[in-house]
Amino acid sequence: MSLLTEKAPVRTYAAHARPWWQRTLMTRDSAIIALLVVVWTYASIAILNFSDPITVYFLVLDIAPILLIALPMTLIIITGEIDLSVASVVGLSSVLFGVLHREGLPIVAAMVLALLACAVAGALNGVLVTRYGLPSLAVTIGTMALFRGIAVGALGTTAITDWPDAWGDLVQARIGGSQIPLMTIPLVVLIVVFAVVLHFTPFGRGIFAAGLSKDAARFSGVNVDRTKLILFTLSGLVSGLAGIYFTLRYGSARGDNATGMELQVIAAVLLGGVSIFGGRGAIPGVIAGVVLIGTIGSALRLDGLSANLIQIITGVLLIAAVIAASVLGWTGRIVGTYRRQQSSDEPSSKNSKKSE
Amino acid sequence: MTSKFRRAGSAVAIVAALGLALSACGGGSGSGSDGEGGGDTSSITFIPKNLGNPYFDASDAGGKKAADEIGTTWDQVGPTESTPDSQVSFINTATQQRAGALVVSANDPTAIGDALEEARNAGTKVVTMDSDTEPQFRDVFVSQADAAGIAKSQVDLIAEQIGDKGEIAILSAAANATNQNEWIKLMEEELAANHPDIKLVDTVYGNDDDQTSFDKTAGLLQSHPNLKGIISPTTVGIAAAARYLSDSEYKGKVALTGLGTPNQMREYIKDGTVKSFALWDPEQLGYLAAYAADALASGDIEGKEGDTFEAGDLGEYTVGADGVIVLGEPTVFEESNIDDFDF
Repeated sequence: MSLLTEKAPVRTYAAHARPWWQRTLMTRDSAIIALLVVVWTYASIAILNFSDPITVYFLVLDIAPILLIALPMTLIIITGEIDLSVASVVGLSSVLFGVLHREGLPIVAAMVLALLACAVAGALNGVLVTRYGLPSLAVTIGTMALFRGIAVGALGTTAITDWPDAWGDLVQARIGGSQIPLMTIPLVVLIVVFAVVLHFTPFGRGIFAAGLSKDAARFSGVNVDRTKLILFTLSGLVSGLAGIYFTLRYGSARGDNATGMELQVIAAVLLGGVSIFGGRGAIPGVIAGVVLIGTIGSALRLDGLSANLIQIITGVLLIAAVIAASVLGWTGRIVGTYRRQQSSDEPSSKNSKKSE
Repeated sequence: MTSKFRRAGSAVAIVAALGLALSACGGGSGSGSDGEGGGDTSSITFIPKNLGNPYFDASDAGGKKAADEIGTTWDQVGPTESTPDSQVSFINTATQQRAGALVVSANDPTAIGDALEEARNAGTKVVTMDSDTEPQFRDVFVSQADAAGIAKSQVDLIAEQIGDKGEIAILSAAANATNQNEWIKLMEEELAANHPDIKLVDTVYGNDDDQTSFDKTAGLLQSHPNLKGIISPTTVGIAAAARYLSDSEYKGKVALTGLGTPNQMREYIKDGTVKSFALWDPEQLGYLAAYAADALASGDIEGKEGDTFEAGDLGEYTVGADGVIVLGEPTVFEESNIDDFDF
């Protein structure tokens, strides 16, 4: 507070002058996390069977692939790009994994090859966007159809279902006697890795810079094209991982796996406070966004609502969140202007108030 | 201070929007489970392949009718798309609710298996209907009809329509469709055994695509001028063939039968292109599945071969090998009864 009092007459960056607890708690991330806590509490009290520990088990298994893909998607959207091909890569990964396994490759070898292929698929998106300067929206709409076409074409409507039980059991295993899936551990590790890379490394700062202004980022020594190429490749790789998860969890390699999941992922990322225009966003908010969408779906299903209604409600919520964010950003700017005027008019008003 | 208000405002706005959505829809749906108790051992939940599918609307109506007769809670939930992963969430939900019994039409024989196992571990009985999983994942499978019954009824229908004599052809779905190929094989056996004067001259594949099936019908009639009848054991094929016949010189001269739904075939029955065709009645299928589910949930049967139970208007049924319960002969639709059905 003393800092604020001393510098009040001349401060330009009001937000940075706030005390640490305000800077930590009064952010968009905190708002979405608070909302998650509210929804969770409400559902536990008001919705029958929601407070059952098994809810956690089903929820984590359900949101795991969305959570995985949301991590690189967050980074890509912060650079101002988008990747719509992720769900198709899930299908591609599942089919490749299945076909290689059917042809007699050991599971781990099939897994590694499928992941490599998905990284290449992601790199293809990256090359088209960075080398040829094509808009990522157009490129990934194209590869979305391309990858899905290959995946569905390779297996048709059939599925490869001959998987050893041990792998499926591993994916769905619980930690000890609890209802927490074993999969939570690698998920948390990945979340931490992505959060550290985005928020605490020069590479992460380059991502934000690229999204705020490509030219400014370039002049400051950020290799924007290389950054984007790495992110698209990473997105392919992680989507491939989600495809492996899908295949083993359901014991079924299918070309139509995860159809439409790209929209769920993007919805969760935007709900988590990432700006679709790039330059703004944070991993904690995105995690909360994914968990929130998963929780709402789970709670509404338990309440007996139909899938159609659940989609409608999730859609309304998303629009409301985006509107709320822009309305508040807009009022924030007006208030900020007003406050700057005020502080220049009567620079000592704040001080006198504080000292009362 | 203003900044603090701004942040708080953001949270309030989102919570308000969400609260509104939750309460509005929770009240409007009317199917909420608020008063049903945590572990309703007598409740039956239907999970069709997907919602908005007329076939499953009919089977759901049958399930509801049975549940009303039994006096148990009935609920229908399901995914909007017929994919196994979306079905799993709804199976999980039923597990959380400790539903007495689940009636599932499986989108994949293995993919929903683990979710069903989880449900059974929690005490929920599992019935598959219309489309089975692998036997170890469910208690019983209510089958629409056995393959031999389906094959025989179609051969009987065509024999009746062409005077048990002459050339016929089959318009099937895909060349590698398991159920279609099994029916065709059984039809060939039935023809050889009981209809020596009927000659099967060709089998073509329309791939369950309307235009392909239409073209294949035209091709059949061109290449076999003496053709007397066509059997199309697939709902897409029979409708496309009927559309071709109704506009051609062959209308009324070449007989057509197979498996179709009353709604898509009604106009061809009325205009005389088709005399009769068959399909199981999905309403009866749902009705039987609900009775089987209740018999399992109340402990009357275990789903073992030889177990018997009463299924309301349909009478007594016996569980067969591998826990399969067969609805019975397909229903034959013709001018006299087609208006009694809507699916």
